[in-house]
Amino acid sequence: MANAALDPHAAIATTASGAPARLTTADGKPLARALARSQSKARRRAFLLVAPLLAFILITFVVPIGQMLQRSFHNDGFSANMPQVSAWFAETPAGTVPDDAAWAALAADLTASAEARSIGVVGTRINYDMAGTRSLFTSTGRKVRRGIEPPYREALLEIDEEWGDPQLWSVMRSASTAVTSNFYLASVDRTRNEMGEIVQVPENRRIYLTLFWRTFWLSGLITALTFVLGFPIAHLLATLPMRKSNLLMILVLLPFWTSLLVRTTSWMVLLQQQGVINDILVWLGIIGDGQRLQMIYNQTGTIIAMTHILLPFMILPLYSVMRTINPSYVRAARSLGATSWTAFRRVYFPQTLPGLGAGAMLVFILAVGYYITPALVGGSSGQLISNMIAMHMTDTLNWSMAAALAALLLGAVLVLYWLYDRLVGVDNLKLG
Amino acid sequence: MKSTLILSTALAGMAFPATAQEVNVVSWGGAYEKSQVEAYNKPFAEETGVKVNMIAADNPATPLKAQVEAGNVTGDVFDIEVSDAIRLCDEGALVEIDPASLPAAPDGTAATEDFVDGALLDCAVANIVWGTVISYNTTKFEGDAPTSAVDFFDTETFPGKRGLPKNPKRTLYLALIADGVAAADVYDELGSDEGVERAFAKLDTIKDDVVWWEAGAQPVQLLADGEVSMTTVYNGRIFDAMVAEGQPFEVIWDGQYMDMDMFVIPKGAPNPEAAMDYLKFATDTQRLADQAKYIAYGPARKSSADLVGLYQDGETEMAPHMPTSPEALENAVMDDPEFWADHDAELSERFNAWLAAS
Repeated sequence: MANAALDPHAAIATTASGAPARLTTADGKPLARALARSQSKARRRAFLLVAPLLAFILITFVVPIGQMLQRSFHNDGFSANMPQVSAWFAETPAGTVPDDAAWAALAADLTASAEARSIGVVGTRINYDMAGTRSLFTSTGRKVRRGIEPPYREALLEIDEEWGDPQLWSVMRSASTAVTSNFYLASVDRTRNEMGEIVQVPENRRIYLTLFWRTFWLSGLITALTFVLGFPIAHLLATLPMRKSNLLMILVLLPFWTSLLVRTTSWMVLLQQQGVINDILVWLGIIGDGQRLQMIYNQTGTIIAMTHILLPFMILPLYSVMRTINPSYVRAARSLGATSWTAFRRVYFPQTLPGLGAGAMLVFILAVGYYITPALVGGSSGQLISNMIAMHMTDTLNWSMAAALAALLLGAVLVLYWLYDRLVGVDNLKLG
Repeated sequence: MKSTLILSTALAGMAFPATAQEVNVVSWGGAYEKSQVEAYNKPFAEETGVKVNMIAADNPATPLKAQVEAGNVTGDVFDIEVSDAIRLCDEGALVEIDPASLPAAPDGTAATEDFVDGALLDCAVANIVWGTVISYNTTKFEGDAPTSAVDFFDTETFPGKRGLPKNPKRTLYLALIADGVAAADVYDELGSDEGVERAFAKLDTIKDDVVWWEAGAQPVQLLADGEVSMTTVYNGRIFDAMVAEGQPFEVIWDGQYMDMDMFVIPKGAPNPEAAMDYLKFATDTQRLADQAKYIAYGPARKSSADLVGLYQDGETEMAPHMPTSPEALENAVMDDPEFWADHDAELSERFNAWLAAS
């Protein structure tokens, strides 16, 4: 090492023993370390360049979505405001009949929570799992604020007999830890019974599984329809001379640039029973005035309006891929004896697959999360799961439930994406 | 020189929000917002010099909850529904309001006596009473016109589609009323399983004839297009269509569903004093009566009723269009926020399951 340090020109130095030497730089530092340092400097600079974008994505995307998803399994509305009785639940096994200590803890927590004006949060949390209990908490809270004397069990039962309900205690026990699976259970039409077992909710309240299924089924159908309608248009756009295709392209893009609400309401004007299409059909005498077709405020309305709105998302990727397909391939196939159908099927169509994959993916994922169009034109049979998420966000204000439904939807889309990757390969995707 | 300029500009920019007196009011937009601007905001600004910013929201309770949870409250006064006012108050999101501090009626009656029942809560003061009423298109029926909730469910005698809102709160009560339940017993009935079954059974009889609406503007449009012959609708909206636009609609007050709108102040509001001043000013006798000049919602103070005069067109007498008129109150269901706080989620699921099962 010492020799090498003396010779400034030595790039490679050997040790006295002759063993493979470490590479050093001219000033004697190990080459690997120097290289790493200069590379890490470059990396740091590169990182600094992308740091604003990274921070932007973190702040506006990852953090809020993460916080929202956290609500789906974390709700401390009960545990944070009812610490003593939560502690009692933690110490005793499930199914324990509440003893004097439990009743005393409950009374103390209710009083403290009512004083702190957090009793509504507690009641709301329990009401999610057991309907009709919110007012039990708030009305009891108002009474215990004026003071409560032992024995607490009798005093609370005096205020409302429902405090003795074992179901209530079982629900309070499950809410006594902030982390809960109840919202996910409710999202798949399941609940817990008194024993804590998972059971289906009564038949007349089962709704979410039906809607999940309908959402995916309708989204698939809409994707297929946009393909059937969009493929010929994209082909025409790609093969016409530039001037004509540009004109046609504007026709595709114009609705794309028009407000979603305007397009949705236009469909109402066209499709409703007293609307343009029905008027024309009646005028032509195809249907009688009494047999006007119901084409909106049902599933049909949702399918028509969404297919139209999502069509550009299929056409544009298809078009961009079709433009790059060399027409001589098909000509070669024809000259080698293929029929036009065979040439299309075996030569042309396979080359459009990357665009088709991208278009189908875009349309399907957008359709799965669609909300405003089905809300306006869907009636009762055209509702999608996103309408339930919106209901829990704005009407019932049960954000944990909305988050759980959204998380399941997100999970399902990710699974489909993974399947797509396995079957087709995401590398084959071409967005433009 | 340049840096001084930048510095002074920056300082002025920082100082501006602190010194300028203003109050941010979040309300529902549309004709309703306009009535509040005319009746409350303009005179308030004139009298106090405080600027009032009006912000529209689909349902102001949603941004209120979001702002309080995020710890970044930008609105000072929110106009929300009673059930939300109770819920948010119980959750500690709202400032408590002492009813004794509200201005008395001109004749000296204390505010606590002057407001209608249920209009004063721990954290909220009502400004208006509004109704969801049945309305029909007069051109759709030859011969007898419908007169009651029973007729709404009678598609034999009164053919045509029906418009109903897509939520349990404003549909189940109507089914029960039409099935012969007295307005006073509606909540007892809805509280029992049999009552809920009864309501859904009644709704089943017209399920295929219903066009479901979501936004308040939809039923008016459906009625105008002839898409439905009869619908329930918010009374202020239908008044606007009837009087301002001259549409051939008529209102049935039987089976009216009455609601109140409430002014609340969130904890952490940026201008709490101005907010409280605004709230007291806007809910005094004269201001509430003035609002009726611009929209057909009833004032929440009894003393305002006598001051209600003509519509802004100068010829339509407002009193018979008020949801608080004697005729309108005959068979009216008052909103029960406690009931809905308890059962909203459960009945919504039930309702949506019923809708989906077609």
